Amino acid sequence: MVGILLTRGMLVGFVAGLLCFGFLKLVGEPQVDRAIAFESAMEAREKPGAGQPQHDHSAHDHSMHDHSASATPKSAEMAKDEPEELVSRSTQAGLGLFTGVTVYNTAFGGLFALVFALAYRRMGDFDARTTSALLAICGIIAVYFVPIMKYPANPPAVGNPETLGMRTAFYFAMIAISLAAMIAAWMLRNRLLQRHGGWNAALMASAAYFIVVICVALALPEVNEVPDAFPAVVLWQFRIASAGAQLIMWTVIGLAFGALAERAEGSRNFLRLKTARY
Amino acid sequence: MTSVTFAPTAAPVAIPVREVLPWAVFAGLVLMIALYFVGAEEGATSLIRGMYVHEFLHDGRHLLGFPCH
Repeated sequence: MVGILLTRGMLVGFVAGLLCFGFLKLVGEPQVDRAIAFESAMEAREKPGAGQPQHDHSAHDHSMHDHSASATPKSAEMAKDEPEELVSRSTQAGLGLFTGVTVYNTAFGGLFALVFALAYRRMGDFDARTTSALLAICGIIAVYFVPIMKYPANPPAVGNPETLGMRTAFYFAMIAISLAAMIAAWMLRNRLLQRHGGWNAALMASAAYFIVVICVALALPEVNEVPDAFPAVVLWQFRIASAGAQLIMWTVIGLAFGALAERAEGSRNFLRLKTARY
Repeated sequence: MTSVTFAPTAAPVAIPVREVLPWAVFAGLVLMIALYFVGAEEGATSLIRGMYVHEFLHDGRHLLGFPCH
């Protein structure tokens, strides 16, 4: 049963990945290109001598590498170890984006199925489709929307490479805490259910979740590495594109996986609907 | 509880943890490693030398919300 659910989850995730790729290609890539254009313009202004075509940053924009390259322009050793154009922009925006997005979505689909297998009939008195939809709603809040309120997605040209390790740690910590708080909130809701009824139990659990994550978000250090001159519209549209892709992924997984899980339980007597144990 | 009497096999039950656990551990691990490669390899930490994975997944990493550089 779990194997069937896992396969279906990954399948649904892959389909969500195709849709996300299409969306990001159309809506996200123009913002990435604009951010890279801004970065190139900034660098050309900073060091007019280094604005040669071989270093125009069209291929990649890894600032760490750029700094070393400008210190010793095109040393033979450098050229051997790190060619300027490791991956072309068209590959990054095409096959690279496709691979990243589909692997990410497929993995989330699989993990979603595993969580479903554990949450079904434990989360509450819900049928398969409702469980799936609720998991998706709670999932996108806990794993994406709450963490990005503190550490939003950033386009190229935003972010200091020296703080990357720290920023990554904070971002993952925010996700982990938010997810743990969400699970705890659901357990709290189930404890309060008998005494306070569905609505009040859910409201109290939600309040507890948001109090926890808001306190954690306030306690974690702030990161603001957006260059002063960076265009606000590009930043906004980039973040909207990023959020849109997440919305597509979680919606497709939540709805399509629910439908497939319901069918899986129909074929097996295992997860039949109707009567409740709760 | 009359419904239980009428439909003894219909009661939907949770999948036993014993059955989920091996899947959750092994598949969960593999999927988390996949996410790690998309999100953080050759960024914050690095298992493979060079910058190819980072550069290849660059756009996706930014747009999926990971800190990239």
